[in-house]
Amino acid sequence: MARAATTADAFNAVAEPRRRQILDVLAGGERPVNDVVRELGLAQPQVSKHLRVLREVGAVDVREEGRQRLYRLNGHALKPIHDWVKAYERLWAERFDELDDVLKDLKQKEDDDGSE
Amino acid sequence: MAVSSGTAKVTLPADDQILITREFDAPKHLVYKAFTTPELVRRWWHANRGEMTVAEIDLRVGGKWRYVMVAEGDFEVGFHGEYREIVSNERIVSTEVYEGMPDAEAVNTMTLTEADGRTTLEILVQHASKEHRDAHIESGMEAGMQDAMDLLEEVAASLSS
Repeated sequence: MARAATTADAFNAVAEPRRRQILDVLAGGERPVNDVVRELGLAQPQVSKHLRVLREVGAVDVREEGRQRLYRLNGHALKPIHDWVKAYERLWAERFDELDDVLKDLKQKEDDDGSE
Repeated sequence: MAVSSGTAKVTLPADDQILITREFDAPKHLVYKAFTTPELVRRWWHANRGEMTVAEIDLRVGGKWRYVMVAEGDFEVGFHGEYREIVSNERIVSTEVYEGMPDAEAVNTMTLTEADGRTTLEILVQHASKEHRDAHIESGMEAGMQDAMDLLEEVAASLSS
């Protein structure tokens, strides 16, 4: 069950839109907290709160460099959710590819009927 | 191969939601028709993962629907639910139960928006709780494991960079 709990936590952590924005910013590489604050246009305490949640589930790592705290993405923690979203996306993508064919036939049929 | 209209986009807008989005090169009344006509649903819903053995649609408020697919290896997956709101060619709200997890009922809202002869489809899956949403995701992770195998390397590569 330990695995399930971790997974659920990662889902929770990345389900929040602001936290997903933070992850997007960090996807570009390691960044000091000020950069994240600037890019999100939020107050620092709010950003720090979100970063803490992300750290708790291991979605981001932090290290000190001089007076700065640098945050970076930890892809490993996000892998379960990333895998699922990709697999689910692929399921629907394949459904919709088939649906494209159905729609093409329906359009053709409508055109044929209309021209009679 | 023709240029694809684009792949499905899946997002998790809230703790208890899943949102699926896709654009189609067809007017919305045809997309609606393809979603609500059993013999048309049978042609696309399987996603090449098996054969659809049941596609029942009683399209009226309070009417029931049920889809069953036999996946490769004789693994049967069934889904059913009830229609709650129907706006022809625009919107369908229905419940959905995965028969492997009968306690976790979701409410799906399908919305069609047309512009210049193209249709944007949105399916919002609203679970009763975050736990149910996560259970859906967990079960999908297991059921989709084989499919996902060839994706793993690609995913791992994109995450490790």
